[in-house]
Amino acid sequence: MFRSHVLICGGTGCTSSGSQQVAAKLEEEIKRQGLEKEVAVVKTGCHGLCALGPIMIVYPEAVLYSMVKAEDIPEIVEEHLLKGRVVTRLVYQETVNAEGIKSLNDTDFYKKQHRIALRNCGVINPENIEEYIGTGGYEALGKVLTEMTPDEVIQVILDSGLRGRGGAGFPTGLKWKFASGNRGNVQKYVCCNADEGDPGAFMDRSVLEGDPHVVLEAMAIAGYAIGASQGYIYVRAEYPIAVERLKIAIAQAREYGLLGKDIFGSGFDFDIDLRLGAGAFVCGEETALMTSIEGNRGEPRPRPPFPAVKGLFEKPTILNNVETYANIPQIILNGPEWFASMGTEKSKGTKVFALGGKIHNTGLVEIPMGTTLRTIIEEIGGGIPNGKKFKAAQTGGPSGGCIPAEQMDVPIDYDNLIAIGSMMGSGGLIVMDEDNCMVDIAKFFLEFTVDESCGKCTPCRIGTKRMYEILDKITKGQGTLEDIDKLEELAYYIKENALCGLGQTAPNPVLSTLRYFRDEYIAHVVDKKCPAGVCKSLLTYKIDPDKCKGCTLCARTCPNGAIEGTVREVHVINTEKCIKCGACMEKCRFGAIYKE
Amino acid sequence: MEKKQTVPFQGTKEQEAQLLSVIEELKKEKGCLMTIMQRAQEIYGYLPIEVQTMIADQLEIPLEKVYGVATFYSQFNLNPKGKYQISVCLGTACYVKGSGEIYNKLMEKLGIKGGECTPDGKFSLDACRCVGACGLAPVMMINDEVYGRLTVDDIDGILEKYQ
Repeated sequence: MFRSHVLICGGTGCTSSGSQQVAAKLEEEIKRQGLEKEVAVVKTGCHGLCALGPIMIVYPEAVLYSMVKAEDIPEIVEEHLLKGRVVTRLVYQETVNAEGIKSLNDTDFYKKQHRIALRNCGVINPENIEEYIGTGGYEALGKVLTEMTPDEVIQVILDSGLRGRGGAGFPTGLKWKFASGNRGNVQKYVCCNADEGDPGAFMDRSVLEGDPHVVLEAMAIAGYAIGASQGYIYVRAEYPIAVERLKIAIAQAREYGLLGKDIFGSGFDFDIDLRLGAGAFVCGEETALMTSIEGNRGEPRPRPPFPAVKGLFEKPTILNNVETYANIPQIILNGPEWFASMGTEKSKGTKVFALGGKIHNTGLVEIPMGTTLRTIIEEIGGGIPNGKKFKAAQTGGPSGGCIPAEQMDVPIDYDNLIAIGSMMGSGGLIVMDEDNCMVDIAKFFLEFTVDESCGKCTPCRIGTKRMYEILDKITKGQGTLEDIDKLEELAYYIKENALCGLGQTAPNPVLSTLRYFRDEYIAHVVDKKCPAGVCKSLLTYKIDPDKCKGCTLCARTCPNGAIEGTVREVHVINTEKCIKCGACMEKCRFGAIYKE
Repeated sequence: MEKKQTVPFQGTKEQEAQLLSVIEELKKEKGCLMTIMQRAQEIYGYLPIEVQTMIADQLEIPLEKVYGVATFYSQFNLNPKGKYQISVCLGTACYVKGSGEIYNKLMEKLGIKGGECTPDGKFSLDACRCVGACGLAPVMMINDEVYGRLTVDDIDGILEKYQ
């Protein structure tokens, strides 16, 4: 028995900010103080508060130390772990008040969250199957195999109202039902989409890193429900920590007889293999993903036939994403009514969002469906840094759209997001402030789609390229009002005619910004100005005569000789010669150079 | 279109033996081609046409098929990478926090474009999609080292460490 447990985050975010070095130092110091029999160090997955990493929590007090450095460790070990005095200076300041340290669950960041998919993330050691079992892991699989028929399992998932967390929100139970015919006579497959390609979304990665067994358990349950004996997890190769933990988890589950032959003595066989992606966004599309597992170029194919009929290796297949699976065991254990009691009428349960961009608390949050964007950004996220003004939130990645301030009070669920021109997507939520140009953002996403289009169908291959060219023209100040119309027309055409989800949703970033920020497009086209000051060609650099000291540094820095002036005289930028590289502004020590 | 191969192929007998044993181990598995190519890239660092030919011959499939897969996925490299591989995250979270400027600055400093390698083989530069450290945005990686909360002014100091 240990009297104290120190949880330290080993997720990608905290690892990148140095949590491995902190953990090593911690173990060393604990040993030096002779506490190794009293204090246990547990390397967990993501706690969610990535902005403050590396994060360390000391139990039983539940004190959270944020932005911990290796140099802080001797003090924490000696003061807190040895003498029992919390090092308040290093504690997450949100939890510190006059009476002492308040519970994490009372902080703005955690208070409104409800963790189902992230239940174990940041709590257990993901590399130890016994910790998962200790929190009720594999109980749902046991229940399913010993007490329920496959049809009952499907009915429970149907009744829960769970919809796919990967993007489109298709009812999970229905998908399973479609693939359930002819059990026992046909080879079938259960696949897991862990190819989280949406830039800025990392919830699936966090589940895989923090609680890999939940995915294995849920896949086995799905296998039992549809009558499949083999599963594949298709995971991004860019997630080395997740891949490693999955490998460990699969090996441990096999060793414990929770994967393999005759699981729980029920006669049910199920095993799982990993397949690594190789960096193609389109492989998040279900048919493309299966083509890729087969070892081919990951091009999508037309549906029907749907994967439930003809999927991987031409056999009936179901594919769900990581977060969807992470909900399954809890639904089985707590019942469908429990799950359906959370959320909105058509979107049940919770959703994990990856908060990023211009927001204080970047990180991972899980909230009940129906929470408003305002709550997420202003309360949980802690608002926008540097006193800037909120402009838009981008959800759904390259397939989604930008939600403006006037829509901040809409309860977030699948259908509402589509109604306001965005989509749930996998759950990336990037906040933008007044310094972000919406035309530039639209161009950024189109550049992404052009790059990632597989090239199989013409609307996507050529259409997105043309859209990108028009946007590029607009950001360079060469656009016309006609171009905006053309852009819109093309967007609708691609939406209707592209082969797969990637192409059909690719115009969304443009359509949503046109809908809510048309004035910015007009400013670029008519006034030849970028209101946010982002699009280089539309900026002019100027020198404030009141601030300029005439030090000549800018004139010497300018690569094009565009700055004139003599020593101790106010300098002037010749806008004809200026190439807008911004080098002068970077170098000026008096903040005298500005752009407009 | 195939990029011009700048460095002559210098595979060793050991590497070849390693690759052949990987192929032998995996070739019975369904859909093994990508896995074999990933392992081959681990062995050689990249996938020159010579390696692709070996894989095609061993699996008795057309070279076009191997080449098709190699050019479809961004992680397969037809050209060798630098000793220090720099990848700048151009995912959305990093982009809105200015990673585009970091990327431009690196291209300017190193005198190469994205996807290229400096002539001395020291640095190669790539844009990547989301390393998942969005809390640290903007982020870049040099080999396995992650640099977060970057500003354009940090670049010189960081590159100096590798000179």
